[in-house]
Amino acid sequence: MRQRDNESASQRVGKSTQGGFAESLIRRIAPWLGVSLFLGLFFFCPLARILWLGLNPASLLTIAPDSLLIIRHSLLFTFYQACLSTLLTLLVGLPAAYLFARFDFRGKPLLRLLTAIPFMLPTVVAAAGFNALLGPRGWVNLGLMQLFGLESAPITFVHTLWAILFAHVFYNTTILIRVVGNALAHLDPRLEQAARILGADARRAFWQVTLPLLRPSILAASLLVFLFDFTSFGVILLLGGPRFATLEVEIYKQAIQIFNLPLAALLTFIQLLFTLAFSIVYGRIVTGVAVTTTPHTAQSNLRRARAWREKLFVGGMASLLLALFLLPMASLPLRSVARLEAARGERTAVGYDLTSNYYTELFVNRLDSLFYVPPFKALTNSLLYATMTVVLSLALGFPVASALARPGRLERFLDPFLMLPLGASAVTLGLGFIVAFNQPPLALIRSPLLVPIAHTLIALPFVIRSLQPALASIPDRLRQAATSLGASPLRTWFTVDWPIVSRATLAAAIFAFTVSLGEFGATALVSRPEYPTLPIAIYRFLSQPGGLNYGQAMDMATILMVVCGAGILLIERFRLPGAGEF
Amino acid sequence: MKRFFFLTMLVALTLAACAPKGPATLTVMTHDSFAVSAEVVKDFEQANNVKVTFIKSGDTGAALNKAILTKDAPLADLFYGVDNTFLSRALQAGIYEPYASPSLANIPAEFKLDPQNRALPVDYGDVCINYDKAYFAARNLPIPESLEDLTKPEYKDLLVVENPATSSPGLAFLLATVAHFGPEGYLKYWETLRENGVVVVDGWETAYYTNFSASSGRGPQPMVVSYASSPAAEVVFAETPLTESPTASIIAPGTCFRQIEFVGILKGTQQRVLAEKFVDFMLGVTFQEDMPLQMFMSPVNPAANLPEAFVQYAPAPEQPATLSPDLIAANRDRWIADWTEAVLR
Repeated sequence: MRQRDNESASQRVGKSTQGGFAESLIRRIAPWLGVSLFLGLFFFCPLARILWLGLNPASLLTIAPDSLLIIRHSLLFTFYQACLSTLLTLLVGLPAAYLFARFDFRGKPLLRLLTAIPFMLPTVVAAAGFNALLGPRGWVNLGLMQLFGLESAPITFVHTLWAILFAHVFYNTTILIRVVGNALAHLDPRLEQAARILGADARRAFWQVTLPLLRPSILAASLLVFLFDFTSFGVILLLGGPRFATLEVEIYKQAIQIFNLPLAALLTFIQLLFTLAFSIVYGRIVTGVAVTTTPHTAQSNLRRARAWREKLFVGGMASLLLALFLLPMASLPLRSVARLEAARGERTAVGYDLTSNYYTELFVNRLDSLFYVPPFKALTNSLLYATMTVVLSLALGFPVASALARPGRLERFLDPFLMLPLGASAVTLGLGFIVAFNQPPLALIRSPLLVPIAHTLIALPFVIRSLQPALASIPDRLRQAATSLGASPLRTWFTVDWPIVSRATLAAAIFAFTVSLGEFGATALVSRPEYPTLPIAIYRFLSQPGGLNYGQAMDMATILMVVCGAGILLIERFRLPGAGEF
Repeated sequence: MKRFFFLTMLVALTLAACAPKGPATLTVMTHDSFAVSAEVVKDFEQANNVKVTFIKSGDTGAALNKAILTKDAPLADLFYGVDNTFLSRALQAGIYEPYASPSLANIPAEFKLDPQNRALPVDYGDVCINYDKAYFAARNLPIPESLEDLTKPEYKDLLVVENPATSSPGLAFLLATVAHFGPEGYLKYWETLRENGVVVVDGWETAYYTNFSASSGRGPQPMVVSYASSPAAEVVFAETPLTESPTASIIAPGTCFRQIEFVGILKGTQQRVLAEKFVDFMLGVTFQEDMPLQMFMSPVNPAANLPEAFVQYAPAPEQPATLSPDLIAANRDRWIADWTEAVLR
């Protein structure tokens, strides 16, 4: 628990007014050292190297004027779909967050787990799930065709804007549940009660008291969701199809297929600029709205639904979430033990046939391939990388989140830059890694450690954004009370801060864990073939024809989902002394 | 504490990066689809007292771009996997050193596209349309015999192709139509194909596993742009042993496009002698006979015997289309852009 020491160090910062100026400056800067070094080395340096290759004055001139059309077109679409996706995600995610924070109902932990799993599903797996459900030969279409005796599929889902939006909601709802739900769960219920006593009805108390208090966490979550949608890649390619192109997709085409580095660099630069702008705007809005209240245990806010309206809400919302998350995902484990027995050539009737062939086949290196991946090895690699990512991103994120919780000028200035890794194209960064790390003194390109490093880059913004609101919600007077009662700084931190932030720490750890388990884009560009991860193994199977390959890919996807679910459960169960009731 | 942690991490990273090199290491940079038998590589390693490591870096385009970006301080001694659609980019960037391998003598001239022997042919694959045999049989539908046939009304909505801007078989099929109809005529053909309901998806995985009706995905289209070898893979990787492939390729003249993959020694290698040996090894019979079932590509060395599955289920097309790498390099971006305009907008 290294971060505990850091935390107590950075916490002393706030009270160091009696110390010398130099000392306070050092304490101010200290929490930023780790993150600055890390981002500087592994993010800004490779990015600058690759951008310079493309954006130096000489190569800029080679950008054809009609490229501006490409830029405009993809920028507009990126904005359009990201705005729609974020709105839809808020529409589903906010009631979901309310459901989890305020109500106790049967099957809640399971449903909560279910909503967290998509976050790590590689897009190719999620797309397979959506196809099995809503594709041209999906259950829904097959059912409707049989029911009404139709010749062709009545619902066109894949390759529409709806598929993109739906997938984004599927992926990102968990961000709202974790970030906003946590804030809501720890809100002081007396504030709402006071409003009620003063005559406000439930609705008014919610809109005028609860919602304003939640604004920082809603904004933080919305920014994360928006940035994730803004830089969407796999969803657009696999579910949106070739008619849609975001900036990220265009960067991939320009950098890899056409090798037009100047245009790719320009597009990357634009995407980064917008990411920075959003983060700055977010920082402006969120400044001053953070309210510290005495946080409460999550249990004290929980109740069972009693009134019929509450029952309707809980029942309706839980069913909606179940449908949204379970249906697309259930098709994968089902598919991994089932063979679609369509009479060959028949386009309507499809039967299922159970088999465990795929699972046994996983352990067979049928062709004695040098690159055969034993499933257990891919699993341990994935878990190892995920654990490293959790430790690394918490160790880097905790000091920064603590500093951000009590922001000074330095914090406000640096804050937006922390979000930049979310806005950098994986393709560009991958090429940047190659250029920056292929020679001494930083000949890291062949090191397997680049994988957890790349994962940490992506996880860090989530870790910081999960921790920061919780740390900010701790009232100073609690700490002062503890100190004046004679508690050492360490003891103060452990008895005051830790119980309050422990849940947020778990949320942060889960984000880091899931991001790492499912990440494919960056991994594919920096991983070593000797250390494949589960997503890499899935792609490897899907790249060759044959029923066994497809079945094994679905098996690996199922294993990935089970491991991810088990990992989340384990982290949630992992309670440290004194953190039990939070 | 934290700073100590970072120092240790940096040291660990640097150590990992500069790990002891051992007796001799030969590094081969390649794309994700590269595969080889463990046994075959081990034999090479033992015979030459060398350790061979492979760096895989994404698809063909991504891997090649990495090789080009690092050409001043190459990450590897060899680069395998550039194909004839990317060959000019590799040669113009000057990443290879010439090597006139004695093994080239056995290789037919049609594969040797670089007269200076910087890039040496290793294997080829024909991008062809695969069809769902049962679908056509059940309907007594004749198999299309030319690209023109695909625009007939009886094949409406039956074909799925990949986007040439994001997929290498997609590009190969586009090039087949350019070769057949000429740079002036191919767009007109694609417009009729579009009117006839051709489905476009971004990648081979989606086309084959989601849209193609004879794959395990059981999609809606009974024809897909894939490889001439895919029917063999369907048998080798069948769920239950098959005596007949559920799919077959349309191999009529001019309907397929031949992709040829090359290997070359990267400029600046410290292991020139070993690298030459590895090139010879890749052109030699052992590797050439191992490769078909590993990568589902065909050997360029005529001395290599094809595996049974290839002979039975993957007959080679009679006259696959080809275009010179220079012509492709000069026009590919424009062809793709015009195609996008005609088919997707």
